[in-house]
Amino acid sequence: MARLESVRVPLGACPSSTSSVPVTTVTSRHSALVRVTHWITTLCFLALLVSGVEIVISHPRFYWGETGNVLTTPLFKLPIPSSRALVPTGYGYVLPDQNGWSRYLHFQAAWVVVLTGLLYIISALFTGHLRKNLLPGKADLSLRAFSTAIANHLRFERPSEAEAWSYNVLQRLTYLFVIFVLFPLVIWTGLAMSPAFVSALPATVTVLGGQQSARTIHFFVSLALLLFLLVHVVMVCLAGFRSRIRAMITGRAGTHMERL
Amino acid sequence: MTDLSRRKLIITGLAATAGISGLGVAARIAQRYGLVPPDHGGIYGLGETLTYASQRLLTRHSLAREFHPSQISKPPLANEIPPLNDAFKRLQAGGFADWQLSVNGMVDRPAAFSLAQLKSYRSRSQITQLACEEGWSYIAEWIGVPLSQVLDVVGIHPQARYVVYFSIDPTWWESIDMADALHPQTFLAYGMNGDELPVGNGGPLRMRLPRQLGYKSVKYITNLTVTDSLKGFGKGLGSASPEAGYAWYAGI
Repeated sequence: MARLESVRVPLGACPSSTSSVPVTTVTSRHSALVRVTHWITTLCFLALLVSGVEIVISHPRFYWGETGNVLTTPLFKLPIPSSRALVPTGYGYVLPDQNGWSRYLHFQAAWVVVLTGLLYIISALFTGHLRKNLLPGKADLSLRAFSTAIANHLRFERPSEAEAWSYNVLQRLTYLFVIFVLFPLVIWTGLAMSPAFVSALPATVTVLGGQQSARTIHFFVSLALLLFLLVHVVMVCLAGFRSRIRAMITGRAGTHMERL
Repeated sequence: MTDLSRRKLIITGLAATAGISGLGVAARIAQRYGLVPPDHGGIYGLGETLTYASQRLLTRHSLAREFHPSQISKPPLANEIPPLNDAFKRLQAGGFADWQLSVNGMVDRPAAFSLAQLKSYRSRSQITQLACEEGWSYIAEWIGVPLSQVLDVVGIHPQARYVVYFSIDPTWWESIDMADALHPQTFLAYGMNGDELPVGNGGPLRMRLPRQLGYKSVKYITNLTVTDSLKGFGKGLGSASPEAGYAWYAGI
């Protein structure tokens, strides 16, 4: 459903040049680029998650520093069976080895998500998406505005009219954190595990404390991204699953009633 | 259709055309400059080619990190190995005195080297990390002769592009491009931590390639074949790894 609006012209509104009705607008909740990059990122993230889990199963032990193996003391172990007989897990069986395709898929999905992310960031800078939809406004950054936003959030208050068209301060800060902290960190720690990459840029692994530290941080940042995904999906469900999914697929927001 | 959406459509169409033809040109240039790995076919070819090409551009001459002797892992991990065949056991019973490394293919002087001959060349050592694709790693001092020195002795043809290397276990073989084959840290290693190389770590002779994951550092090397094409080896994917589902290039 196209949104018909006669009073306020929201973000991304494009006036219809052929319309005879005064100030009738068809609006877009999310730009095409945001929608396409969103779903590519979704697919890549799921591929990275599944393949990442498969890779971890081959050695579900984590270490700190440069080296770590079955002869060294781990920082912690995951209480799961392994796909390698060499790893002492306490389980009496070894899972099938699925590392080959998992690794191919992991790195392919990583490439696609990195290139998609670059496209998103560059366009967000040029189209004003970053400034308009992601950076919090000055008024939002006061302690009072912030606590109001948190309180409303905790009371499960329905989003205001404006929020159906853009993001509140908590959403903005979360998205900024995911885009500019978690994603760069997970890419960096991933590259820091590459023996070829660090041969060219050794500081990328030494400042993290070593290759095994990079692996451990990579695991925790992935968990943080997974947590974001779960909360994100729960919020979409609470805000109206059908209308939000439709907005992210077609770009069109739901009707007035659905949004409230 | 409004003007705006028509304009958008035209721009999108132009961008898509430019993108696709750009990709085609890029693929041809990449092939020409040796930036396409032998396992580039199939659904994961894009990721593999991007990784290999970008790392060849970024890391052609870079050196793997070397560590302080105090960082050497004690004890060194001997990863599990497949049961060794009778040929290996016979040579092992003779103290590996008859172990031979044959070198052939695109070389001026095909040759077979005994361990004693390899050890007669000036030995080099490196303290580097061996990282397995599974996630574990250890640091050891590796002693051996740079592969480039052996290639110098036999004289490689100018059109040589890859070195294929075979373990005494005929199912275990790998290959590397000339950037890795001539890299100063690519060793034929026969010693470890000041001693002989233990069988568990690949003794008497293993490839040591610190800029790639452990599975490229094949143990029990008996043959090197220099070639300009990997098509005639196995299924033509470059090594036994892609045939088992693993990437040929393991610099990640």
